[in-house]
Amino acid sequence: MNLHLKVWRQKSAQSEGRLADYEARNIPEDCSFLEMLDLVNEDLLSKGEEPIAFDHDCREGICGMCSLTINGIPHGPSETTTCQLYMRKFKDGQTIYIEPFRVGAFPLLRDLAVNRSAFDRIQQAGGFVSAHVGAAPDGNAILVPKTQADRAMEAAACIGCGACAAACPNASAMLFVGAKVTHLGSLPQGQPERDRRVLAMVRQMDAEGFGNCSNYLECEAVCPAEIPNSVIGQLNRDYASALVKDTL
Amino acid sequence: MNLLLSFWRSSIGKKWLVALSGLALLGFVAGHLVGNLQMFGGPSKINAYAEFLHANEKPLWVARIGIIAAFVLHVAATITLVLQNKSARPQAYQLGRNVQAKISTRTMAYSGLTVLSFVVFHLLHYTFRLTDPRFKVIAEGGLLETSHDVYRMVLLGFQSPLVSGFYLLSVGLLSLHLSHGISSAVQTFGLESKRSAQRIRQTGRLLSGAIFVGYASIPTAVLLGFLK
Repeated sequence: MNLHLKVWRQKSAQSEGRLADYEARNIPEDCSFLEMLDLVNEDLLSKGEEPIAFDHDCREGICGMCSLTINGIPHGPSETTTCQLYMRKFKDGQTIYIEPFRVGAFPLLRDLAVNRSAFDRIQQAGGFVSAHVGAAPDGNAILVPKTQADRAMEAAACIGCGACAAACPNASAMLFVGAKVTHLGSLPQGQPERDRRVLAMVRQMDAEGFGNCSNYLECEAVCPAEIPNSVIGQLNRDYASALVKDTL
Repeated sequence: MNLLLSFWRSSIGKKWLVALSGLALLGFVAGHLVGNLQMFGGPSKINAYAEFLHANEKPLWVARIGIIAAFVLHVAATITLVLQNKSARPQAYQLGRNVQAKISTRTMAYSGLTVLSFVVFHLLHYTFRLTDPRFKVIAEGGLLETSHDVYRMVLLGFQSPLVSGFYLLSVGLLSLHLSHGISSAVQTFGLESKRSAQRIRQTGRLLSGAIFVGYASIPTAVLLGFLK
């Protein structure tokens, strides 16, 4: 199949960017979106042009490294990550806009690659459990009700790719932070630090300059890990209760 | 006060303030509607209601100050949040697209600002009575029998299609604003579990629909001549 690409090209964070036009020719339907970009880059290299920079790593949908906003939707028209998006989702001759994740807190590095360290700093602020990690405990030593285990597992599916913030009209990171807070806050091991965790993570989230949730629910629609927006409700409730306890 | 400040200082705290003040304003909107519907009981009923309110100046002022405080907090916190949201994405997408955002959500700022401008007009119109020379007692050259002749004032006011049109538009947008606002507040309070989410949204829509029907019924009844 042949495609018309409009790709964001920008040398560095400081330089001006623009949409450049490329023709992607003879692309097999069964190749992934990133493989399509690889083919375009091969072509650019053979012509002596600068290849398009984009983020990728595992290419099996679990690492959270790939990004791209494809035709206005982070990770494009699939329910998974960009690396799991196949070209058969597009029509022959279609025009495809490829832009970076546009979030102020994710500074652009080059072309389509952005720096998502802001998420790491939020995680480092409190997204952990400071428990002794010796040998693995006995299977039933810590009892977890099934509903709580399911809830934690659902939230733990977050791969921290940043699509939620990229899709949110307010560039809010609350689905990400909500997932982390819900994941650890649903388990017995996460209880001792529950209040401290939510306060620290939200403080860091605000300091990074993310926007605020207005319940557009765009995050939930694009999330490749299908994190439900109810984790934001949990975040709001946990935060308020921790803040009241901390202030009074 | 300390608690209010610590809520004000954080993103989620501000959302709580918007939701709580919104809830207080929803209470006023519902209470005001119950009062307004006395119009259908005839002049004696609504005028007696107006006299009752003015006979209880102290509690009335407590309520008024509460409403004004909630209003100021609601608007100020929202403006701060919106400014933060704008600066969180310095560079817009060349091709932006929404997947599932609802019209009521995307128009919150517009519906809110229209309601704000309506409230200003509504106060000048019926509370301060500055826009219509007929809203004075007969002795002062107006058409009202007593200063509490609310029935006649509302009748005269809504006989103007322009006034009624703006009123209908505003309560329509208020209803749209509430349908998003109610379900949003529930999310902010973290009451929404997956099972109840749909039911809560539906209740929000029903309630805001009922508020629209209630408010719209008065100018419509005046224009159609049911109230005279």
